Parts: sequence; C-alpha cells; structure tokens
Amino acid sequence: MRIEALFLLGIGVFFGMIGVIYWFTAYEDGGTMMLVGTCLLGLLPGSYYFFWHRRMGARPEDRPDAEIAEGAGTISSFPGSSIWPFVLGMGAFLAALALVFGFWLLGPGVGLILTALAGVTAESRRGGRV
Amino acid sequence: MTDVITPTVTGGDDGAITSAHELHAAPEEHGPSGLLKWLTSTDHKVIGISYMITSIVLFYLAGIMALLIRVQLASPNSSFVSFDQYNQLFTMHGSLMLYLFAGPFAFGGLANYIVPLQVGAPDMAFPRLNALSYWLYLSGSITMLLGFFVAGGAASFGWVSYAPLSNATNSPGAGGDVWIMALALTGFSAIFTGVNLVATIFYLRAPGMTMFRMPIFTWNMLVTGILILIAFPVLTSALIMLFCDRHFGTHIYTVSGGGSPLLWQNLFWFFGHPEVYILALPYFGIVTEILPVFSRKPVFGYKGMVFATMSIAALSTGVWAHHMFTTGAVLLPFFSLLSLLIAVPTGIKFFNWIGTMWRGQLRFTAPMLFCVGFLLAFLMGGITGIMLAAPPIDFFTHDTYFVVAHFHQVLFGTAVFAGFAGLYYWYPKMFGRMLSDKLGRWHFWLMFVGFWLTFMPQYIVGLKGMPRRVAVYPSNLGWQIYNDLSTIGAFVIAASFAVLLWNLWISWRRPVLAGDNPWDAHTLEWFTSSPPPHHNYTHLPPIRSERPTWDANHPDSPSVVHGPSSNGRSPSEKVGAR
Repeated sequence: MRIEALFLLGIGVFFGMIGVIYWFTAYEDGGTMMLVGTCLLGLLPGSYYFFWHRRMGARPEDRPDAEIAEGAGTISSFPGSSIWPFVLGMGAFLAALALVFGFWLLGPGVGLILTALAGVTAESRRGGRV
Repeated sequence: MTDVITPTVTGGDDGAITSAHELHAAPEEHGPSGLLKWLTSTDHKVIGISYMITSIVLFYLAGIMALLIRVQLASPNSSFVSFDQYNQLFTMHGSLMLYLFAGPFAFGGLANYIVPLQVGAPDMAFPRLNALSYWLYLSGSITMLLGFFVAGGAASFGWVSYAPLSNATNSPGAGGDVWIMALALTGFSAIFTGVNLVATIFYLRAPGMTMFRMPIFTWNMLVTGILILIAFPVLTSALIMLFCDRHFGTHIYTVSGGGSPLLWQNLFWFFGHPEVYILALPYFGIVTEILPVFSRKPVFGYKGMVFATMSIAALSTGVWAHHMFTTGAVLLPFFSLLSLLIAVPTGIKFFNWIGTMWRGQLRFTAPMLFCVGFLLAFLMGGITGIMLAAPPIDFFTHDTYFVVAHFHQVLFGTAVFAGFAGLYYWYPKMFGRMLSDKLGRWHFWLMFVGFWLTFMPQYIVGLKGMPRRVAVYPSNLGWQIYNDLSTIGAFVIAASFAVLLWNLWISWRRPVLAGDNPWDAHTLEWFTSSPPPHHNYTHLPPIRSERPTWDANHPDSPSVVHGPSSNGRSPSEKVGAR
C-alpha cells in the first residue's frame, strides 16, 4: 500500500505548493479554495493509507514475488444481482425532474429512494437476494 | 444473490499456472435472464457494455446534430434552421459529446469492462454502486434529451453555460433546468465510478500485480478516477448554485445582487480543464495498450509513461483559467506557464509511443490504424494547443473557429480515433467474435479523410476571423469555401460511421469466432476466455511483469521483470521480447 499512499500524498503536496504559489501571485479566493480542497483530497486518504501501510506491511499485491496462491481466502462478497440500484436510480431521476416539472414528482421519487435504501440494506444483511 | 470469491490453489505441472479463483456460490446461470438481467445485473461486464451501447447511441445522435450544424453553415445566410434552433443544436451537440459520450464511453464503458480484468479482480469493488452509476447516467442522458420536448426547446447557452447568459432572464424555460439536472445526475454517476475505479485498483489486484506492473490503461484509469474526484464535485456544486440563481432568488453569479459571473467561469473551468484530460487520459491508455501489441514489443518507457500521465493530470488541474485569458481578470503568466508545461509530459508520451513502434514488427490492423490516426490528429491538436497557451495568440484567436478546430482535433483524436481503436481491439474479448478488419479499414480511411477535411479549413477560417457559435455569416468575406469543405468532410465522417454500423451488423449475423487471444496480446484480460466467465477468471497465471499473458504464452521470451524475480535469476537476465 506504500505506492498508493505516496501517490495520494504526492497529490496533496503538489496542490499544496501550487495553492500557496497561486495565492501569493493571484490573490484570488475561488481558485485558492479549490486548490486547497484538492490538496486535502490527496492528503487525507494518503495519510490514512500510509498509516495502514505502516501497520500492515506489504500485501501480496504489493510484492513482486508473490504467488497467486498467497491471495487464498475470501476476497470479498460480491452481489450477483440486485434490483435496488435500478430502483434508487429511478428515484433520483424522478427527484431531479421534480425540481423542473413540479414538486408532485418528489413524492414518488423520494419514495423509491427510501425503498431502495431499505432494500439494499436488508439485502446486505440477508446475504443478498433479488 | 451474493457470490463469495475465494482464490484457491489447484496445482499445475509445469508451474506456469499454479492457482485459481474458484467461485463458491451462485454462478451466472442461476441468476435472472433477459430484461431482468439487464435491470438487476451488478456484473461489471454487463454494466460496461450497457455504458458503451448507450454512449455510442448518444454519439450518433450528437453526430446528427453536427451534420445539421454543418448544413446550416454550408451557405452564408442559410435559413435551414432558426437562430434559436441553431443555438440549441450546438449546445446539445457539445453536451452530448462531452458529458454523455466521450467520458462515459471511456470510464463507464471500457474501463468498467477492462480494468477489473486487467488487475485480475472478479468485479469492481462496489458492484451495486457501479450499477447505480449506470442508472444515473442513463437517467441523466434521458433528462438531457428531454430538453428538446419542453416548451422553449433545449438549453441554448452553449456547453459551458456561461453566466449571466444562463440565468433565468436570459435563458428562460425548462430547457436550461433539465440541462442542469441532467449534468447533476451524470455528475454523481461519474463521481461514483471514480470511487469505484480507485477502490478496485487499490484493493482488488491479484497477488504479484504490483502498481508498477499494472497495464498503462489501468494506470491511466486510476489517474482519471482521481481527476474525476477533483473535478466533478466542483461542477455539481456550481450547477446547484446556478439552479438556485435561476429559481430561488440567489445572486451568486449576478452582479446586481453582489455576485460574480466570473465565479461561474472559475468554477466551471476548474472542472472543465481537468475534464478535457478526463476525456483524454483513458484514450492515451488505450493507445498505449494497442501499440505494443501490434508492434510485438513491450511498451517503451513504461515508468516514463506512468509519470507523464501523473504530470499531465497534475498540471491540468492548475491551468483552468487559460480559458479565461480574455476576461482580463486572471494571472496570465501563471496559467500560461503551467499550460505550456503540459507539452513536456505529452511530448514524453509521443516519444514513447514512437519508441514502442520503432523497429517493431508492425501489423496495421484496424485498431493499429486508428491509433496511428490518433497520433496524427492529437499531434496537430496539441501543437495548436501550445499556440493557444500563449496569451497574445489566444487574444487574437479567442472565440474563433481556430479554437473550434483545435478543440475538435484534440477530442476527436482521442475520443473517436483512440476510442474506436479500443472498440475494435477489445470487441473480440467482449463478444467472442471478430469485427471485419476490411470494413474496419474502410471505416478508418473514410474517417481519416473526413476528419482532416472537416477541421483543417476551420483553422484557416478562424484565422480569417470567423467567430464560433454564429448561425449565419456575411457572404463577402471569403469564408464560404472553408465552410463548404468542412461540411463535405463532416458527411464523409458520417459515411465512415455507417460502415461501422454495417460491420457490427455483419459481426452479429455472421460471427467469426475470436478465440481467447486473437491479437497475441500481452495483458491479463487476454488470459481468460472470450467473453470472460462470470467473475472473470477460472485461474490466473503467475504475474511477474506488466505482460503476464505474454509471459505465459511465450515462456522462451519473457518480459523484462520489474523487481525481484521468483526463479532466482536477476532481472537483467530476462530480456524484453522483440
């Protein structure tokens, strides 16, 4: 995880430097704030990754001499299929249209969103069923 | 249903293949089929293909709009469409091409399909989030097209939606609002895809697939994912503020209420310029995958390519105001210097692409031809980009057809030449059947001729002073001949895409089976079957270089090993295959 951490920290350091240079040359608020935000986008997860790199050491995918068998064990749990992303997407679609065509669309939109959130949560707890 | 993926050792006599990923629950055959499969699938391959089909349909729609624009401009005072219809056409052409085709085709379609395969993962890290991304993208696309059916027509303020033109006074009606909502939906879709790509690459790589053994396409998608996370939240927040200005009485972008129209430009271009590279880097990755395969060589300067990608991405986030030189309110030296600096890593990429082909055993198949077409198109677009990075030239050519030509050469070069190179290259993996190479060559050569015929005259007419976004122009300025050439070129391009449709039809009706690795390609996705099984791999080869499939198929000429070798030989004992 070392390369990943350095990659993200590099983003933070680069944009931190650019942000400082920009502020002291342009004195412009909007751009400076966006550069500071980008700096944090690199530094925060980068620090988290670096912390875990120090605690965990190299994973099999970080070691060039690792054998495939070293990844033995459960990788993760992958849902084979689920209707809830579709329901959530349609809910977001109706909610977005509600802001243009009338708030009466907000009811079904939010209803679908809440149903999908409940459904996907229950699906995860059950181990996943369509 | 939930599938638990557990990699287990299955043994191997010669040590070439020593382990396997076994699927312990719910194989694909037990899941839904037909329409329900499409609605419920969380398989990255199904979602990737859905993205590609949707984005290509939108590409054709946007292409038809481009043809209508070109017909209008073929004569000086044409009334083929009204002024307002013309404004709607170029706004929606740009919006569909940029927001709904070029980006989603790459990071939603190709990357979704290819990245998990290239890193040896069974799926994307968050499959349900991945499916949600697609549904948000599809609903955003439908929302965008709804603009044509509302009173007042679609949005007509250009794809950049500059304030105060885009406010409720200057652009009333629901067209602008559905445009904003469409971008909000697709913006969230892109952000979720960015999260998914980064998490997949960081957490789901197979053992031995170190960061510096990842294929360049995957590297580029990682950097693109980060750029998405930097850029799209800014756009989404800017759009929310624009919506508030239009409907809730705020004055964020209006001078009269204490706001600043320039703030929109700052926010938009802080998204907009990284967006150009979000649209370019994936296509650089495609080209870097294809050139080595059809040169029968490893990629030249692997690490140089990776660091060049990072440099381009980093610099691209610090150049947003070079789109605003003529406002007089930006720091010219800062933005000009950073813009010019981008030429350095881009030059490194060109050097490495040429180095990859140099003394290779070149095979000019359709994907390779499209890549060469990309190199020429992007070179021309890049050179004029360097010119535009100089403020004096930008002042002279700003808002003329010179910029239109530059912009189209960059983005047509990447999203179309390289994008369809990727389609021809990976189509056999996705569907297990080949596209006709002969028809592919027809597609390429028609498109190549049409491309140069369309856009080179636009440089000249731009230098002669023709402004962009005008529906009519005076007949006494000598601009018509250049516009006529452009129009002819556009129809030649359209003919080339009719050939692609024919090729797809032939492939569907009279399939020629592809086999697992028809190109003798290098990277991991070519190790599995075509199309890949549910959760991608039944077994994986040892990963000892950035070309594991080549190493497994050519044990006598393995690749250069980065890092310690597993068989006791030093890396220098292994030489790159020619």
